[in-house]
Amino acid sequence: MKHIIILLSTFFIFSIANSQDKAEYKTLPSVNIKTLEGETFNTQNIYNDGNPILVSFWALWCKPCKKEMEAYNELYEEWQEETGVKIYAVSIDDARSTAKVLPFVNGKAWEMEVLLDPNCDFKRAMNVNMIPHTFLIDGKGNIVYQHTSYYEGLEYEIYEMVEKVAAGESISKH
Amino acid sequence: MNRVFLLIVFVFFAGISTQAQFSELLKKSEVHGSFEFDGAYYMPDNELGITDSLINGRNFAFNGFGNITYTLGNFSAGLRYEAYLPPLAGFDPRMEGQGFPYIWATYATEKFSFTVGNFYEQFGNGLTLRTYEEWTLGYDNSLNGARITYEPVKGLLMKGVYGVQRFFWSKYTKNSRGIVKGFDAELDFNQVFTGMQDAKIKLILGGSFVSKYQADQDPIYKLPRNVSNAAGRVTLGMGKFILTSEYAYKINDPSAINKLIYKEGQGLIVSLSYSTKGFGFFGMFKRYDNMSYRSDRGETANALDINFLPPNTETHTYMLTSMYPYATQPNGEIGFQFQINYKVPKKSKLGGKYGMGIAVNYSQVNDIVRNAVEVPGTDETAIEEPGTLGWSSPFFEFSDQVFWQDFNIEIDKKFSKKFKGTLTYMYQTYDIDILEGHEEGLPHVYSNIGVLELTYKFTSKKALRGEFQGLWTKQDKGDWAALLLEYTISPHWFFTVSDQWNYGNPVKDNRLHYYNGSFGYTRKTTRISITYGRQREGIVCVGGVCRAVPASSGFYVTISSSF
Repeated sequence: MKHIIILLSTFFIFSIANSQDKAEYKTLPSVNIKTLEGETFNTQNIYNDGNPILVSFWALWCKPCKKEMEAYNELYEEWQEETGVKIYAVSIDDARSTAKVLPFVNGKAWEMEVLLDPNCDFKRAMNVNMIPHTFLIDGKGNIVYQHTSYYEGLEYEIYEMVEKVAAGESISKH
Repeated sequence: MNRVFLLIVFVFFAGISTQAQFSELLKKSEVHGSFEFDGAYYMPDNELGITDSLINGRNFAFNGFGNITYTLGNFSAGLRYEAYLPPLAGFDPRMEGQGFPYIWATYATEKFSFTVGNFYEQFGNGLTLRTYEEWTLGYDNSLNGARITYEPVKGLLMKGVYGVQRFFWSKYTKNSRGIVKGFDAELDFNQVFTGMQDAKIKLILGGSFVSKYQADQDPIYKLPRNVSNAAGRVTLGMGKFILTSEYAYKINDPSAINKLIYKEGQGLIVSLSYSTKGFGFFGMFKRYDNMSYRSDRGETANALDINFLPPNTETHTYMLTSMYPYATQPNGEIGFQFQINYKVPKKSKLGGKYGMGIAVNYSQVNDIVRNAVEVPGTDETAIEEPGTLGWSSPFFEFSDQVFWQDFNIEIDKKFSKKFKGTLTYMYQTYDIDILEGHEEGLPHVYSNIGVLELTYKFTSKKALRGEFQGLWTKQDKGDWAALLLEYTISPHWFFTVSDQWNYGNPVKDNRLHYYNGSFGYTRKTTRISITYGRQREGIVCVGGVCRAVPASSGFYVTISSSF
């Protein structure tokens, strides 16, 4: 019984995956999360008027995440001028520290949009296993690139992709 | 298993309901997934006391999962396969096995959603209900049943849940554990009432009610079969201030955790923050009194929690700062926390070219005051006696018993384009007896901890990072020193060596080195890392839920990917 199910589902999934000739990219799912002020925010409202978007998952307890955000923040003004990119930093801090995120973000003077995903609903829907995990979304809402973990200098690699997306180039070779 | 089959058939037919639309539908479908494999090869290590007979032939162990999600317009469904064959050291042995513990299907429109199967949900802060999974803890208390959410107008969200919780691999059978029902509503005044849309005051009110049913099979006591837990919450924003609070009240719920007392439970969290660009203040107060709430009143390990009791302490992640982590005490604790984040501006005397970050945090948790109560049928009074009301407790009073204290300060500064550093100092008080459940009358652990972290960038992609750490204490295992060096080549490679040395252990033979070497490769969403070395005995905590990890020695592999 179990084998039949596994076989069936595998077959089904692959048949779908293979037949995706046009929908080659994934899009953002619809999940209700929160803004820093506690309002409900649906992830389909992640929007940047046709310009590229970075969605990056982080948490207060994650040191590499905070380094990545810090690196983005330093370059954000420059990046925005050049490509119009908008960054959404999605904190997966649970109820222990969701209320600490706003004073932290302000205390660090971060400029990006920050959202709260306290029960990891968005994280799960995006199939994020570990953080930091960053998604690049093009002007049409397609997820065109993603990267997990952060090492010093990753921001330049990410920005190369952002530039390509802003210029309408394909980044499929990466 | 029938459930799985039906679901898959359902998914299948939902996809191919009409032949003509088949290819069109497929184009709109999306399949996502992820997997992870955490494997270990354990080796004997005489110094750590790990012998061949202790390993008992089980040198290989792994935890793994694979996740698949399918979406087609308003419809989505998914499943997760998990295997623990056998589970890694330190995970609950009841996890051993494999199968599909997480199977679900959802239909969602803008205002309405309906989910069947397993789901994760949180009401407010979780004081009444939170189901979640935490891979690093091996924790999963998902509800298996149905959930409806309804948002009639933007800003008013209602949720209803019904189901039974996951309990490792054991199937639900009659009376094997409780049945959980819950309802939650949240009203955002500024979104719902047009007159308040531009108001300076932001107000969100919420309330939840949860009830569990469990049969009473106790031979001695008459236990409540239905236990309800209700909470109200508020978020009030006024300019730069945000005040949030939640209060929960649970009726009497005798359990193995509270030693079968008939006391009601209460939980209160209040937090206030004030922040402007470059400055943030956060303060909170919290009190829990007899708030453990589980699907099975007999369960004492990390399983079947219906609610979640967030701790009011900072999470530390360096090797030595996380040596003594805090675990929430559901039977009673009272505490507070303050935090200040400040960014010294760029181009100021102290800030230099890049500015400087300062974070100061203090948290403290005490026991609540417990006074003796009457023992029915006698003239005596007692504290925590089974069958009684347990204790009486003045609401805002702190007991003299300190469970936890943590003062920490962190300063981060970028010196140049190539060089930056972070300095951390911490003073901690840790009630090892209570927090690790020893009950041996061990003295509190008082520790001073210092960490200096430096990062030097050779080029835009190559960097070397060093951590220099010390922990000094006269109690427990005495003093420690630790060193970590990590070389990274962005975006693909990392190489790390580290050592934690217990040089001040009062027992000379236990002054051990816990060395580690690891490297890893990352490409897009795939990450592979291999580690060789020793893991120190310790405690891994996420959200105040902790798991003890035994010492081990060997090779460790992690492979993780998503698509």
